[in-house]
Amino acid sequence: MDLCSRSEQNLQVVSVGEPRIDAAVAIEFKDAMRAATDGGSDTVVLDLSAVQFIDSSGLGAIVAAMKHMGQSRRLALAGLTPTVEKVFRLTRMDSVFSVFPTLDGALSELKH
Amino acid sequence: MPAFQVSVQSSELAVREALKQLLDGLVPLHLDVEEAGTVELVMAEALNNIVEHAYPQGDDTGPITIACNHRRDGLHLTITDRGHGMPDGRTPLGAPVDIDVMPCDIPEGGFGWFLIKDLAKDVQYQRVELENRLSLRLAVALASRSN
Repeated sequence: MDLCSRSEQNLQVVSVGEPRIDAAVAIEFKDAMRAATDGGSDTVVLDLSAVQFIDSSGLGAIVAAMKHMGQSRRLALAGLTPTVEKVFRLTRMDSVFSVFPTLDGALSELKH
Repeated sequence: MPAFQVSVQSSELAVREALKQLLDGLVPLHLDVEEAGTVELVMAEALNNIVEHAYPQGDDTGPITIACNHRRDGLHLTITDRGHGMPDGRTPLGAPVDIDVMPCDIPEGGFGWFLIKDLAKDVQYQRVELENRLSLRLAVALASRSN
């Protein structure tokens, strides 16, 4: 599970290097997100610009990652590609997460 | 585009392989990103259900076959397996998942059938002897569109 984490001022950016977050890797993704975000910044930006496809398992794993971070922390999503955006839109989960079209957009909005 | 079939042996990685073979078979239709995404998403959900519930881990694996037919009103797909039947002999309702709850209570599952029922038409399930057949239609590559 290719996750790259870096700090950007007060934020943590986690970039997913996998093209798919689907049933085959959902649990791995969930575990990797826990490891990457435990003890990290209050605000995490999940960069999904390399992810071409998620299914409902992938969506569930992203929700799990958000829930694991807890109420006082925030998981924002950036760079949703067409099918990924479709999944978040149809399920209305794009109203639960802050969603930014680009990582740069997310960073300018969220950094301080 | 002539009708074609994709067959795999059930496993988690088999879903990726089946989707790849299906999308490769659909290349002659020149589906746009939106249409291809719909096909991939609906079929991923249906196939995942078969891997998880028809051939659960610990039980014997078995074949999954996708028959794909292009007609004027879109793509007609039938997915067949020889695993456990659906409980109560029918598909789940696929109602929208209630997300208007506290963030800590947002469900992590239950979205799959909603996506299938939302994106596909004419979803039907039949169990015939030892075979499960899920058929559906995707309104993509419609005869009305110009290529």
